[in-house]
Amino acid sequence: MSAPATSIKGRAFGDRVLLALVILLSIIMIAPVLWVIGLSLKENAELMANPNSVFHAPYTSKNYINTIGTSSVFRWVLNSIIVSGGLTLGTLILSSLAGYGFARLNFPGRNILFVIVLFGLAVPEQAVLVARHQIFSMLKFHNTYHGLILPGLSASFGVFLMTQYFRAIPKELDEAAMLDNASRFRIFWKVLLPLTVPAQATLGIFTFLSAWNDYFWPLISATKKDMFTLTVGMASTQTNFAQSEGIGFLMAQAVFAGAPILIIYLFFQKYIVTAVSGAAVR
Amino acid sequence: MADQLTIRETAAPAAGVRVPSANIYAPRWRNFVFVAPFLFFFTTLLIFPLLWGMWLSFHKADTFSTGRFVGLDNYVRLFHDKVFVQSVWNTFYFVLLTVPTLALIGLFLALCLNRRTRTAAVLRTLFFSSSVLSVTIVTLIWRIVYIPNVGLLSTIYGWFGATAPAFISDPNLAMIGIAIATIWWCIGLPMMLFLSALQQIPQDIYEAAALDNANRWQTLRSITLPSIKRTFILVIIIQIVLQFQLFGQAWLMTRGGPNNLTKPIVLYIYDTAFRRWDLGMGAAASEILFVLILIAAMAQYLVTRNKGDQA
Repeated sequence: MSAPATSIKGRAFGDRVLLALVILLSIIMIAPVLWVIGLSLKENAELMANPNSVFHAPYTSKNYINTIGTSSVFRWVLNSIIVSGGLTLGTLILSSLAGYGFARLNFPGRNILFVIVLFGLAVPEQAVLVARHQIFSMLKFHNTYHGLILPGLSASFGVFLMTQYFRAIPKELDEAAMLDNASRFRIFWKVLLPLTVPAQATLGIFTFLSAWNDYFWPLISATKKDMFTLTVGMASTQTNFAQSEGIGFLMAQAVFAGAPILIIYLFFQKYIVTAVSGAAVR
Repeated sequence: MADQLTIRETAAPAAGVRVPSANIYAPRWRNFVFVAPFLFFFTTLLIFPLLWGMWLSFHKADTFSTGRFVGLDNYVRLFHDKVFVQSVWNTFYFVLLTVPTLALIGLFLALCLNRRTRTAAVLRTLFFSSSVLSVTIVTLIWRIVYIPNVGLLSTIYGWFGATAPAFISDPNLAMIGIAIATIWWCIGLPMMLFLSALQQIPQDIYEAAALDNANRWQTLRSITLPSIKRTFILVIIIQIVLQFQLFGQAWLMTRGGPNNLTKPIVLYIYDTAFRRWDLGMGAAASEILFVLILIAAMAQYLVTRNKGDQA
């Protein structure tokens, strides 16, 4: 039973409608960003007087100079780098070791423990926040780097990812090494770990990005201005914005914070997309 | 597997080679050392706080002490608190606004951009790029778009001689304003998930359909959509879990106002536990949120499990 194909004209029209819709959505995606960049290049006073002035010269780089001149911003960037970097390194180490353990080794309670670890994937941050905050208050871990890094190390995602990855490596490689008298650790270190580099890259980039953009925990744990991460710090300057610093200046801060991330995204796109999709699907 | 290894070892003992006498795959406490570091952090920083939080929710607690046991009092107070009940409604409303929209637009984009052209690749990059920004930057951008008189939205409406809707200050529109910003932010993931699902549909089916003279709409309805049904459900559930946790956008764009109409549950938790320092009540609210999210996460687990069985 065949149906008549759409006429050529019909197809062309349909195509144009779809194209128009996609273009419309693309404009909605990019217009706000262009607007922000435009605003960041204008003098604050001029913007307050006439918002439409963003569309014509003169443009100025004064806002960016002021941003770089504000000392807090660099401190925040440093904090973000330390926290995100520390968490990424810790996660890679812990997850690789545990992934190898769950995938290749046998020990009492292994299967039950793995199920419990998987359960950890279903626990949202909010369910443990209040308790963690109280515990860290008692331990005086707030406003410290370890206070910001430690919670992230309990995340199951990395272990889940690495376990799957190790499981996929053929066991023959282990056995060949075993015939050469290699210890379990040696097999891990010399044979299997080098093969997991793609998974490490994916996990590493994902962890770094999540830690960099994290807002809630740093908000409640790092309450002193010099311990803010970039995300929290920038949010703190946002408060009364129309009245305070000036829109141009705030936009310059936004561009300053967002541009590096976007550049990293453009370079590591493949890994980031894989990681984020994988994390969501688990 | 285990047997093979044992046989191999006993069959070829060369001089000087240590022959393991036991089965290498037997459980050994020694092997525990690999998973121990992770399990240490997992137990102390996830399992323990999870249980401790439940314990706290039955007490009148503050930052430094657990306080006295009050049983279900916190929960009772929560259900009588108009602000909390409002926050639950707000959260559901927000999820209703964002999730179907994200799924449908994501699917639309995936269908349109599932081709090997340069333009499609550039556009895919564009639509995913917003997802790597932090909530701070996204809210900064959208607040400036929504600002009355000066913002992008007002400027565009101004070209047509109209006034822009007040997406932040109007009680009826505030949540919608946050939803629009959120959709702009999160559209990348659904699009990517649908793209990978579409790419797994074998080409032969499409060729057969073309031979049968099926038009595009029929192909879409009878072949494409049924094939990605599971992914569609998955995207919906993932987004429900994600959007239920709304916090940053509401806190930074509207502070939960006007009149607590944009206050989601997580903002209520933040207010109660970290501004009013009523940790017990905050813990109770987070337990309720946890249960709601758990239901959605369980559903996701079941759907993906079935998917694995069928594949």
